[in-house]
Amino acid sequence: MAVFRAISDLLGGDQNAGKVVPPSGYTAQLTTFTAGAMAFLAVFAMALSLATGRLADRWSAELARTATVRISAPAGQMEAQSQAVLKVLETTPGIVSARVLSDQEQRELLAPWFGPDLPIESLPIPRLIEVIETTEGPDIEGLRLRLKGEAPGAVFDDHTRWRRPLIDAAARLRLLAAFSLTLIAVSTGAMITLAANAALSANATVISVLRLVGARDTYIARAFVRRFTLRAFGGAAFGTLIAVIAVWLLPAAADEGAFLTGLGFRGWHWLLPFLIPPFAAFVAFWATRAAAFRTLKGVT
Amino acid sequence: MIELANAAYSYGGGDILTELNLRLAPGSFHFLTGPSGAGKTTLLRLCYMELLPSAGQVNIFDTDVRSMNRDQVATTRRRIGVVHQDCKFLDHLTLAENIALPLDVSGRDSEAEMGNLNDLLSWVGLAGQANSLPPQLSGGERQRAALARAVIMSPDVIIADEPTGNIDWEMALRLLQLLVELNKMGKTILIATHDLNLIRTAKSQTTTRVLRIHNRRLQLAGADL
Repeated sequence: MAVFRAISDLLGGDQNAGKVVPPSGYTAQLTTFTAGAMAFLAVFAMALSLATGRLADRWSAELARTATVRISAPAGQMEAQSQAVLKVLETTPGIVSARVLSDQEQRELLAPWFGPDLPIESLPIPRLIEVIETTEGPDIEGLRLRLKGEAPGAVFDDHTRWRRPLIDAAARLRLLAAFSLTLIAVSTGAMITLAANAALSANATVISVLRLVGARDTYIARAFVRRFTLRAFGGAAFGTLIAVIAVWLLPAAADEGAFLTGLGFRGWHWLLPFLIPPFAAFVAFWATRAAAFRTLKGVT
Repeated sequence: MIELANAAYSYGGGDILTELNLRLAPGSFHFLTGPSGAGKTTLLRLCYMELLPSAGQVNIFDTDVRSMNRDQVATTRRRIGVVHQDCKFLDHLTLAENIALPLDVSGRDSEAEMGNLNDLLSWVGLAGQANSLPPQLSGGERQRAALARAVIMSPDVIIADEPTGNIDWEMALRLLQLLVELNKMGKTILIATHDLNLIRTAKSQTTTRVLRIHNRRLQLAGADL
């Protein structure tokens, strides 16, 4: 409650407090520009964070419920081992379905490396069986032992070795984006503190006169806090608006969900950037308030 | 109202003022004199808490200044009107806004008190200069405006530091007349000056005490004049 009272007290509509401080030149523009630029960057960091979060969730969900059985066997045993594997999979709890990939599907999988006309029938390529798991999934170790007994050439791959690095990478990207947002907030606070200190130094005479005629510290601080808070809010609002438009103009995500084209906001996430201007004003409020009271301590 | 008891002020290891004993009774009129650099301004600054004593005690309105927090200092200053030698105006504000500054900082509505402000401007002979900026005024006009700002809150004490230092004799007499009028209204006045003619003129109009700073100490100097 004390915090809200301090905010309303300092931002309260006393126009006289603002009037006694002469209009400052470059510090005003510096604050507005800094807040705008930082808000612009913050929107992109936020978009990156949300996009990596979505990506991690999608990869995790898609890969978590699928597995592959790869059968490497002599040509004469391939069909028998495939049937044996399918039989094992059909009787294993936690498996929804299993099917052998057709030659055409395997050709499509290899097309990026060998081209579309690969004579797959004449090559000793392992046969692949796609497995769809239930949410709980099968007993992996038990399944591997059974497969080893029934089809020695079968290897069960639950995609863990693919999934973990992807999810780790997405999580790290998300962490980096969150760290960037923190850095942006701290940098904004630092820049506004510098600008406020410059304004306070430039107005040392004004501050001294105000104290001598009986002004309380809160009255003097209010003049600076109000000014810097409103400038930061205005600059951040402009920067946010431009960044949101820029994100909106990014190419739409393709069906394949390529990472770069997926950078953006979805649904209610479009509202999140509009938290940035009030947050910038909040940072400016406390940064200027701290700078003002620190300076006023040195004035009798 | 303002009382100094064995007060001293040191700076950089050296005593500027020492063994200061002074009591400004309500409605009294005091002059403070002494050669340049004797410490007149320092003594005045102790009286309106711009400086704190390094020893002894300074009580203002029965409160030890050392026990006051910053808000108390601010509210106490509203009861003391100060005319600084250099006037200390904010050059970006008009004369009327400068004079109304103590009202604004104390939260009183200067718009509502515009009638009082106009009366005050007329009293100091600056009714036509309300919208002028301070740099556009002459030295005498600035001093009278500073006096107007000092009295707008109807303070109990008025302190003036060399108020006639930069103005001609005719203007100095006019300013003195205003201060004497305030004293007759019950205000306590303390004026630092080295102008003995001004002191003699004031003594002919009202009861005054003259204090002199000599060898860093405060003395009663009435017999010398």
